[in-house]
Amino acid sequence: MNSNNSSALAQVGIGTRISEWLPFIILVPSLIASFVYVFVFTGWTFYISLSDSSLLPSYGWVGFENYSTLWSSRRWNIAYTNLFFFSAFYVVGAMAVGLLLAILIDQRIRGESAWRTIFLYPLAVSFVVTGTVWSWLYSPAVGIEFMVQSLGYEDFEFALTASRKYAIYAVIITGVWQSSGFAMALFLAGLRSVDQDLIRAAKIDGASSFRTYRRVILPSIGPIFVAVAVIMLQFAIKTFDLVIALTGGGPGISTTFPAIFVYDLMFQRGQIAEGAGAAIMMLLALTVVLVPYSLWTVWRRRKDSGHG
Amino acid sequence: MVNVALTEDPAAQVAARAYLVNRIIIYGLLAVFAIIYLLPLAVVIMNSFRPLPEIAANGLINFPRQIQFSAWSDAWSTICINGACEGMKRNFYNSLYMTIPATIISTILGAINGYILSKWRFRGSEVLFTCMVFGVFVPGQIALLPWAFLLGKLGLQNSITGLALVHIIQGLSFTTLFCRNFYISIPDDLIKAARIDGAGFWRIFRKIVLPISPPILIVTVIWQFTGIWNEFLFGVVLTSGKEQPITAALVALSAGETNVRQFDVMSAGVLIGALPPLLIYFLGGKYFVRGLTQGAVK
Repeated sequence: MNSNNSSALAQVGIGTRISEWLPFIILVPSLIASFVYVFVFTGWTFYISLSDSSLLPSYGWVGFENYSTLWSSRRWNIAYTNLFFFSAFYVVGAMAVGLLLAILIDQRIRGESAWRTIFLYPLAVSFVVTGTVWSWLYSPAVGIEFMVQSLGYEDFEFALTASRKYAIYAVIITGVWQSSGFAMALFLAGLRSVDQDLIRAAKIDGASSFRTYRRVILPSIGPIFVAVAVIMLQFAIKTFDLVIALTGGGPGISTTFPAIFVYDLMFQRGQIAEGAGAAIMMLLALTVVLVPYSLWTVWRRRKDSGHG
Repeated sequence: MVNVALTEDPAAQVAARAYLVNRIIIYGLLAVFAIIYLLPLAVVIMNSFRPLPEIAANGLINFPRQIQFSAWSDAWSTICINGACEGMKRNFYNSLYMTIPATIISTILGAINGYILSKWRFRGSEVLFTCMVFGVFVPGQIALLPWAFLLGKLGLQNSITGLALVHIIQGLSFTTLFCRNFYISIPDDLIKAARIDGAGFWRIFRKIVLPISPPILIVTVIWQFTGIWNEFLFGVVLTSGKEQPITAALVALSAGETNVRQFDVMSAGVLIGALPPLLIYFLGGKYFVRGLTQGAVK
């Protein structure tokens, strides 16, 4: 009797103990997977970048030799120069168009959701599809150049992707086309969150719409500008599919990007160590963008809750 | 405003005119942008129904004079990709077989993980959560070699199953983040009360958490589906030929020398590749936008 009782108690103990641990146990597989993905994969790629691997992984240590090869490579030089150039125009362009669209849509217009649907649909489409279709539009034989010329403007030239010098602009235009709707959605959400009393007060003071936007509304959504810029920069650093489908990195290597460089070295040329080094540089670039941003967000949240 | 315009007061008339000009500018600008945004879509749709000689003669940006439907069947079943002339159907199904399971599994796991990390927190769970979220930011390029190596070890190289596995694990960070941030707003007292009533882990999940989950689950499913369907980098690196998902096949199609000028068939092909996510976008637009803004800002 007594012993029965105590074993029942022990069972309850084990039962509750298991149920206490249950959430953790269920979480473990996901944790391991994410941990491997985030830390082991990154660590391994970093290790490969310090090794003498070529076509296959090999673990002879060469230190930072691959990085010095990388930074003296002309192809890499073009890749990161393109990235800087593209990022500047792409981020500013997408934000400018996105903000303009958001402000237009914010004017109590008819059919708001229809307009929004039109400006946002590119985001549902893959970069591959966008890049492919735009590569046709840039084609001088059948695309925009052909159309404008057949309207009578025979001197019109728009063969961007055929030119080493201008192909990067084709990437910028297409990138802005794809992403400005996204910027619009974020800005619009911001505009809608502005305190209506503030706007009413400005209107009562006789401020014009333009002035109200410049002096009252836009300053109060400052943090949204930063958020959109950071997201766009992140897209820019990861740019790959769009360029592959649009220009293939060409003509020549004129529109090569870091992500294309990584792919090229790892899977086309069998120089995986240097490719891994380039991938680590991409990670570093993302870190440089994201870490200050996260710190700033945390700092702002602390400040807000402190005041609240 | 009409009333204002009818009054004799000159100041009111000026204001009404200014309002009208203002409206014309707003709608004019919106229309210009709408044309720019819709042009590429309109071009592919129209060209998928235009005969090739007509496209060659009149250019891509033009209205159809004649209608043909053969481009769609050619793109689906006979166009040559990577030397095999079996159309895009195989790659379309590949993408489906990869996207559907990966979406479902990563969403379920994300919901459970999110539930644990918001309502069954333990010591260190916040740190573990932060580590998981890092996965959102790691660029795919970092994981290329490890995945190629690991899938080879598992015997899953060049397979859709392998690719689905990659997307499940890649997606976990996102789905967990989405669901955790949603579940965190469920009052803790509700959970506590249920626990005092003797409800366990799964029972609380089924009876309290799941019933309020549809919005976040829809957002997560849409996000995962479009993301995985549209993904290209892993598809092109980890699979080849017949095993490729549709994005990789589209690029192979455009790169193939013979297809360069087949704008009719390729337009249909592009649309086949774009249709599933577009459909989801037009059906679930509200949730799609919500997912975007959440996924981006968090």
